[in-house]
Amino acid sequence: MENASIFTIMVSAILVNNFVLSRFLGICPFLGVSKQVETAFGMGMAVTFVMTLSGILTYLVNNYILVYFHLEFLQTAAFILVIASLVQFVEIVLQKMSPTLYQALGVFLPLITTNCAVLGLALLNIQYKFGMVQTIFHSFFAAIGFSLAIVLFAGIREKLETSDVPLPFKGFPIALITASLMSIAFLGFTGLV
Amino acid sequence: MKISNLTKGIIKENPIFVQLLGMCPTLAVTTSAVNGIGMGLATTAVLISSNIAISLIRKVIPAQVRIPAFVVVISTFVTIVGMLMEAFVPELFKSLGLFIPLIVVNCIILARAEAFASKNGVVDSAFDGIGMGLGFTLALTILGSVRELFGNGSLFGAAIFGASYKPALIMILPPGGFLALGLLLALYNSYQFKRAK
Repeated sequence: MENASIFTIMVSAILVNNFVLSRFLGICPFLGVSKQVETAFGMGMAVTFVMTLSGILTYLVNNYILVYFHLEFLQTAAFILVIASLVQFVEIVLQKMSPTLYQALGVFLPLITTNCAVLGLALLNIQYKFGMVQTIFHSFFAAIGFSLAIVLFAGIREKLETSDVPLPFKGFPIALITASLMSIAFLGFTGLV
Repeated sequence: MKISNLTKGIIKENPIFVQLLGMCPTLAVTTSAVNGIGMGLATTAVLISSNIAISLIRKVIPAQVRIPAFVVVISTFVTIVGMLMEAFVPELFKSLGLFIPLIVVNCIILARAEAFASKNGVVDSAFDGIGMGLGFTLALTILGSVRELFGNGSLFGAAIFGASYKPALIMILPPGGFLALGLLLALYNSYQFKRAK
């Protein structure tokens, strides 16, 4: 993946290695905030915003602080602190600069700190030995893949609300089986890159 | 000190089947029973240590910065557990891969820190950690066993169905994770409904 082109990264992050459906990252918001398409879209946008920023920031922290001082073993702790403070910072800035955007994304922001897709992405960027440009694109497209999955899933779940589901399957079990079928569909993209 | 703190996490408040916390590692690493147990025990170790540590320092932490403080404590223990695993069980460490550092963002651990350890004594918190950890390990082992059995025809690496069985590969691929957990949850629900009647 070291020399992957932008296009390869895009197809890989959105379709082939979709963060939710084939990497199992960010399942909590995927199941938790997907009852309505509108909220799912809001969550998707908030995650895209934070993931792109945190991807860049963790890259800088890793390459210019941790590697420089030979502190790579602190990666997990350093990244989670960067992400937590970034989320807090974004929340404050949005509140001041753009109240409308804050109203749309505000409720989702605190949830993002514990979204494992964000930390997972930071660690994956380093595992793949991406450069700066690749990191930016990989972060952005991975988040787009997450948004795509959660919006599609919310669309299906809206329909599920009105359909007749056997009692023990009501709620999460049928949602998980739906996710399984979506995941099978995404398996069709295997081998594309 | 109450013994119910120890037992409640295993069935009644099982973190996976009842509280639906920590779904990412649950689905991602349970491609075999061994991986399920390994992940479960690693999480249990972090959960017990972080519960004890947070309970010890709960009176010193100011309320406004408690979440970052918890996260620092948890990530310290995750780093320690990760290093120990890399040294003593390198194969398991490799197959769990990314999901070892991701124990930091496992909602079970933060949820127990916030809901239990920050309000209760050290012994109770340790018991709570053990119980929740065992409940999590149990759920992961069941899920891993089911997926390994159908997806590979074996259990803990030992062949069960014999050579004539054609493994349903889909069960150890990502869709199988969602499917197996969905079916297990439905099974758990129908058991609860029967008991309620």
